[in-house]
Amino acid sequence: MTEFNTSTKNIGDVNVVYLKGFLDAHTAPILENAFSSLVEQNKYKLVVNLKDLIYISSAGLGVFMAFIEKIREHNGDIKLSSMNEKVFNIFDLLGFPLLYEIFDNEEDAVKKFSGDKK
Amino acid sequence: MNKSVNLNSNKLVVKSSTANLITIRKFINSKASSFGFTENEIEDIVISVDEACTNIIEHSYNSKPNFDLEISIILSKNKFIIKIVDYGESFEPDTLKDMDIELYHKQRRVGGLGVYLMKTLMDEVKYKSVKNKYNQVMLTKILTN
Repeated sequence: MTEFNTSTKNIGDVNVVYLKGFLDAHTAPILENAFSSLVEQNKYKLVVNLKDLIYISSAGLGVFMAFIEKIREHNGDIKLSSMNEKVFNIFDLLGFPLLYEIFDNEEDAVKKFSGDKK
Repeated sequence: MNKSVNLNSNKLVVKSSTANLITIRKFINSKASSFGFTENEIEDIVISVDEACTNIIEHSYNSKPNFDLEISIILSKNKFIIKIVDYGESFEPDTLKDMDIELYHKQRRVGGLGVYLMKTLMDEVKYKSVKNKYNQVMLTKILTN
């Protein structure tokens, strides 16, 4: 059983990244690779669906911090969706709701990108 | 990987690899749960210990995976204390100042969030560094009920 994995899906020009399992200092490089691979393909409109993320430590949050600037420079964004209460608490403690748009569900997060075009 | 963790013992010794964070979290979860903490309190303790150990692995041992990390649980009345000892690089505990989270985001620094989390989620965080001998961090959570 793997501790953590990611998968991606395209919805129009938005890429949804699904996180599953435990995101800590050991597994953070897996998420780094997933973001790097998308950025290399010039994919900058990302929705990260955290429905199946059980645990996150600051090493995991550091990955979002490492990519957000470059992604926004290319008129993209990382929008977050579907996180459980425990994971939200950690994001909240570290002030992330001020920096990232957080949605209850994936559909709203994806829609927000089409709204941004106008 | 340390697959056989003795959950009856109050001490866990693992090598300084991030692969062992999951073992550390299981150990702490079991101990904090036996002590009577709520689910939320257990989560606070588990992430704090994860952050402390991650910092030791990355900074004290410079991400070298073959050194010892000793984690002991000390129970004193209503206090649940986790003592973590390492034999890596010494540091000046006073340099671990309280961080300004807004300033942190403005500067977009990566790393350093762990200490903030520990200090926020635990009742007490104490560092001790004895030059060329050992470093110690004591994390305390008080059981209130």
